[in-house]
Amino acid sequence: MDNTARIPFRVALETLSQARGDTDLVVTNMGAARVWPLISQHPLDLHFNPSTMGGVVPLALGMAVAQPTRQVMALSGDGSLLMSLGSLVTVVASECKNLSVILLDNGRYDVTGGQETAASRVDVRYDEIAGSAGFPSVAASANTDSLSATVEQLFQQPGPRFLWLRVTPADPEELKTSTERMPQQLDRIQRELRQGTG
Amino acid sequence: MIFSGPEIVEELLRISITHVVWIPDSDTGQWEDALEASTIQLLRVCREGEAWPLAAGLHLAGKSPLIMMQTTGFFESGDALRNILYDLKLPLAAIIGARNWLNADSQDTAKRFAEPILNAWGIHYELIASSQDQTRLASHLLTCREEKRPGIILLAE
Repeated sequence: MDNTARIPFRVALETLSQARGDTDLVVTNMGAARVWPLISQHPLDLHFNPSTMGGVVPLALGMAVAQPTRQVMALSGDGSLLMSLGSLVTVVASECKNLSVILLDNGRYDVTGGQETAASRVDVRYDEIAGSAGFPSVAASANTDSLSATVEQLFQQPGPRFLWLRVTPADPEELKTSTERMPQQLDRIQRELRQGTG
Repeated sequence: MIFSGPEIVEELLRISITHVVWIPDSDTGQWEDALEASTIQLLRVCREGEAWPLAAGLHLAGKSPLIMMQTTGFFESGDALRNILYDLKLPLAAIIGARNWLNADSQDTAKRFAEPILNAWGIHYELIASSQDQTRLASHLLTCREEKRPGIILLAE
């Protein structure tokens, strides 16, 4: 992967939103939790905000294990994933097949003002980490032109899946977007899942 | 050991637990075979901070999970606990193994801080310190579930 190329953050989310099936659960976190609602308003979107850092992959995993016939997509920043790299091992050990972990890697802590993560100074290969953790389907991209094809191809592969996207920092103005309040989100998600939406 | 493996499985099935999310310790680890042999799905996390959001996801999607960890992991996972129990207000259930609780001479700081930290988090917990207390596990967790609040067992080890 080209070490200098980066996909615009919003373009990455728009591409993922287009690839998302209507019955899929999407769990966002940190920067993605602020920008995704500008792109998609879906009853099966859960914006994990406020959150514990590193919590989005385990939260999405729990939902995937509980709803094995439904595809679940977890959108994590690199700062969050670095706090819980072991969660990739947990995903594989759970034997869940219906989770896609999307890593939005901008090398920064976007929501605190864009400070560099430790990994920004290291040539970390997140795809190799996920592959060695046992993810059967792994892809990486920093190429805007081929992103749609990469996503489409990966989503046809067996799960769990891991997609490493090297992206730009999010637009600071878009990061000011407020997400739906958590009690309303949780009521909505639980209602949709009870009704078997999709 | 206050509960044998088959005894804990019986108690958990009595309250319809579907999943156990755990990092074992030397006491609860002895329940592994019984849990594996039961209908309860055992989910192994790598770090206790994963356990609270993982159980939250299970709960939100309609399951009845129970978290198991030792006091050391409870201390480690404080921010995840805060987020799930207080920000998301999810009434999760957990068994926290209290290391060295039954060792009267122990100077283990994990023992010393267990109750102060539980109290600092404002968690209403039930201490189970002998076999005579066994029935309180299910009754406490059921009461908490009915009242839609977290149910925490501090299990003496």
